[in-house]
Amino acid sequence: MCLGVPGKVVEVYSRDDLPMGKVEFGGILKDVCLVYTPEAEVGQYVLVHVGFAISRIDEAEAEEIFSYFRQIDEAEEASETSREGLP
Amino acid sequence: MKYIDEYRDADRARRLAEAIRRTATRGWSIMEICGGQTHAIIRFGIDEALPPSLRLIHGPGCPVCVTPIEIIDKAVALASRPEVIFCSFGDMLRVPGSEKDLLTVKSEGGDVRVVYSPIDAVNLAREHADRQVVFFAIGFETTAPANAMAVTMAAKLALKNFSVLVSHVLVPPAMRAVLDSPLNQVQGFLAAGHVCTITGIDEYRPLAEQYKVPIVVTGFEPLDILQGILMCVKQLEEGRFEVENQYARSVRPEGNRPALRQVRKVFQVVPRKWRGIGEIPQSGLALRPEYGPFDADERFALKQITAEEPAECIAGEVLQGHRKPHDCPAFGIRCSPENPLGAPMVSSEGACAAYYRYRRQKGKRRT
Repeated sequence: MCLGVPGKVVEVYSRDDLPMGKVEFGGILKDVCLVYTPEAEVGQYVLVHVGFAISRIDEAEAEEIFSYFRQIDEAEEASETSREGLP
Repeated sequence: MKYIDEYRDADRARRLAEAIRRTATRGWSIMEICGGQTHAIIRFGIDEALPPSLRLIHGPGCPVCVTPIEIIDKAVALASRPEVIFCSFGDMLRVPGSEKDLLTVKSEGGDVRVVYSPIDAVNLAREHADRQVVFFAIGFETTAPANAMAVTMAAKLALKNFSVLVSHVLVPPAMRAVLDSPLNQVQGFLAAGHVCTITGIDEYRPLAEQYKVPIVVTGFEPLDILQGILMCVKQLEEGRFEVENQYARSVRPEGNRPALRQVRKVFQVVPRKWRGIGEIPQSGLALRPEYGPFDADERFALKQITAEEPAECIAGEVLQGHRKPHDCPAFGIRCSPENPLGAPMVSSEGACAAYYRYRRQKGKRRT
């Protein structure tokens, strides 16, 4: 029900006075209402729920989780170094 | 697909599970609110990758599951009328009412149509001026802005043949009901990322403070869920109870302001009955009085319907996390997606459906 699918805005237009977009999901194009994401531009990704974009995906935040892995790596290296350092 | 595939990376998932194992020094019980998260957890075996002392409790975040039986009966009554085109999201068609479901009404000749968006229902009303189009407006905060816009459009177009059967529910009051239960075992929450995309995270802060429970707003892919669990376990281990946001690529702290404005314009907060749980104060949305002409309840005078839940179904206990689907004697025997006793066996977000689909062959699991 609360399923949200990320898709890429490939075109913006207007219908019934509402801002709309053609949004691509893995090669499939759908008409999506952009009234709740007025900031979304062509080329950007939006999260779509029942025909409405509910957010523009923040690309920098989307990368956060992967920097998290780098932190884990560093922590693991540090703990290995400290273990090696024990007498 | 971008923003999906990279969050399903098996190697990274294993590393997050390992980080969780290192972090958890004792047992904790964490509830994932959303049925979409429950399905991902069971489908990808996320619960099986966690240390045995860490328990995931499946929450009530399945709007199809919590829609009360009398609303289904109202939908069935409406869909059976010859002048009505009844539009619904596909999940609702097999949810059992007291006597039948919407799919049966359709097979008996009722004009029941599955729509992708509530706007499709508005467009059907424009195309069929001689018919009454009724849209089944269910869902959590995520769906309310779309349904609010459909009603706004119908009002703007002055459509006399469009109405909505509303059974909208809100997440935070349900979390409060779970925490207030004497049977509650939940020590931390993964909040629903798409609900919070609309609402933001501020309304969760009083819950975290009052009940001293960590709440991590979490996404829906395996890496999201594992990271959400890790953040929640860290808080529990450190004795913190804060609201954190794992799903920041979609969730802004203030939510989606244009969507919230539209929802407040069309809907008002009301008490709502939850299937299997009972009435929860201030837990639902109904149309504001000025949108009364679009209320199917008023248009078709449906208020008098009352109904009882089937006695054998333990949906209420499953939805509150007190019991697992496997604990039900009817599971997989007298209750299956083809012949469901209750909604959690039907919905693509229902816990019973997830266990039936992904765990039936494996027999009982640890609880």
